[in-house]
Amino acid sequence: MYDKTVRRRRAVLGLLVACSLILLTAYFGESGGGVLHGVQRGTSEVLNPVQEGTSRALKPVRDLFGWFGDTLSAKSDLEKLTAERDRLRGELALRDSARYENRRMARLLETTQALGLSDYGPKTARVFATSPTVWYATIRVDKGSSDGVRLGHPVINEQALIGRVTAVFNGAAQVTLLTDTSAGGTSAGVSARAGKNSVFGVVEPVGAGNPNDLLLNNVAPSADLNPGDRVYTRGTIPGEKQGSLYPRGLPIGEITRIDHEGTDTEEVHLRPYANMRDLDYVQILTKPKAIGA
Amino acid sequence: MSSPAPQLIGRLVALGIGGVVVQTAAVAQLPIAGANADLSPLLVMAIGLLCGSLAGGCFGFAVGLFVDIVSFQTLGVSSLVLLAVGYGAGRLREARDPEGTLVPLAVGAIATLAFSIGFALMQFLLGASAPVSWALLRQTLTTLVINALIALPVYAVVRRFLLAALPEDPRRRRRRAYTTGGLSPLSRS
Repeated sequence: MYDKTVRRRRAVLGLLVACSLILLTAYFGESGGGVLHGVQRGTSEVLNPVQEGTSRALKPVRDLFGWFGDTLSAKSDLEKLTAERDRLRGELALRDSARYENRRMARLLETTQALGLSDYGPKTARVFATSPTVWYATIRVDKGSSDGVRLGHPVINEQALIGRVTAVFNGAAQVTLLTDTSAGGTSAGVSARAGKNSVFGVVEPVGAGNPNDLLLNNVAPSADLNPGDRVYTRGTIPGEKQGSLYPRGLPIGEITRIDHEGTDTEEVHLRPYANMRDLDYVQILTKPKAIGA
Repeated sequence: MSSPAPQLIGRLVALGIGGVVVQTAAVAQLPIAGANADLSPLLVMAIGLLCGSLAGGCFGFAVGLFVDIVSFQTLGVSSLVLLAVGYGAGRLREARDPEGTLVPLAVGAIATLAFSIGFALMQFLLGASAPVSWALLRQTLTTLVINALIALPVYAVVRRFLLAALPEDPRRRRRRAYTTGGLSPLSRS
């Protein structure tokens, strides 16, 4: 009985192998229009609607699997895209910053050339710190004694005169702005001329925390001044007719109003051209000439 | 050995046709990590393990032939390879009768590997000019892993589908013997 079973099993196996080989050989031997190809085509034509129906019926299952796959893929994509977005944001910020700095530097250079300050040894410096209180209008720049910066050197930005160097370190310097009103501060008046008739005066700060207002003091009550008149450096030290470290003709600001006009308490207010709250790059005139000295 | 019951043959035919149609219409369209599951070797493996070498071989031949016809492939290639897979799974059951829970997983993986290698060999023997690329190996390995993962559920579904028609399920027989006390070693002592 066992032998019979084994023989039968082997016979069936051999028969099936032979059938497979015959099918293979016959399939290869016949042309595309042969019997086996015809059977294949016929069966496919019969089964195509069944397959199509099954495919449609199982579409929700496929969609479900596809959703899982898409979700996993989307999570992976999300991580990659988030990282790429962060990188691009960083690059964009750097590019914007570089463009902004480039624009300001170009304007600074233009100002220097327009005012003829090339002979004054302008050194471009970056502002890296500003006074944290309203009482001290000072900034710290990244050029110091090693760059030739000395006490009293005038400092300008791309708009106008902003102040002078009041402390020098090896690789840095402190600049006191025109608007500094600190007690015992190092600010000092700037001798200036204003209006069509070049009226003499001394530019001084008004009060703490008001970087948009300066006073033009020591002006004669009968002086011909009007709002809108421009104020420039005179190039002399106030009270003395000797040379100043400030070059002559540096723009300072524009007269905005005149209080108590024509009296002894007359106050000429001016708005500085320079935006003292927005200082990124400045130029220190490291070779100031004492005009008139 | 008695002839298989008509009910079993009917279920095997339904299983073969249904399995191949589902494979071509749905499973083949579900790419997982760049590859697809392949139900054919798993179905053949399950029949071999449940019904023996003769039924496994015949089922493998028939399913392979049906796959070749439906997929418009060279006739005889899949049938020859799946015949060997089904016969091998059946012989494993007849010779060793493995009982472990993870047997279908291991046999399914081996069946898939044997089918993949056998199919590739046949293609090369028939003159296919495709080189053995890394992509081909990766797809084969991925299919192997996927099939190993679904081997247990496929085996369970097939077993459940055929259970009523199986004339002699060794595990059922063994359980019945223990519960009735006929062949239990405890009852003999």
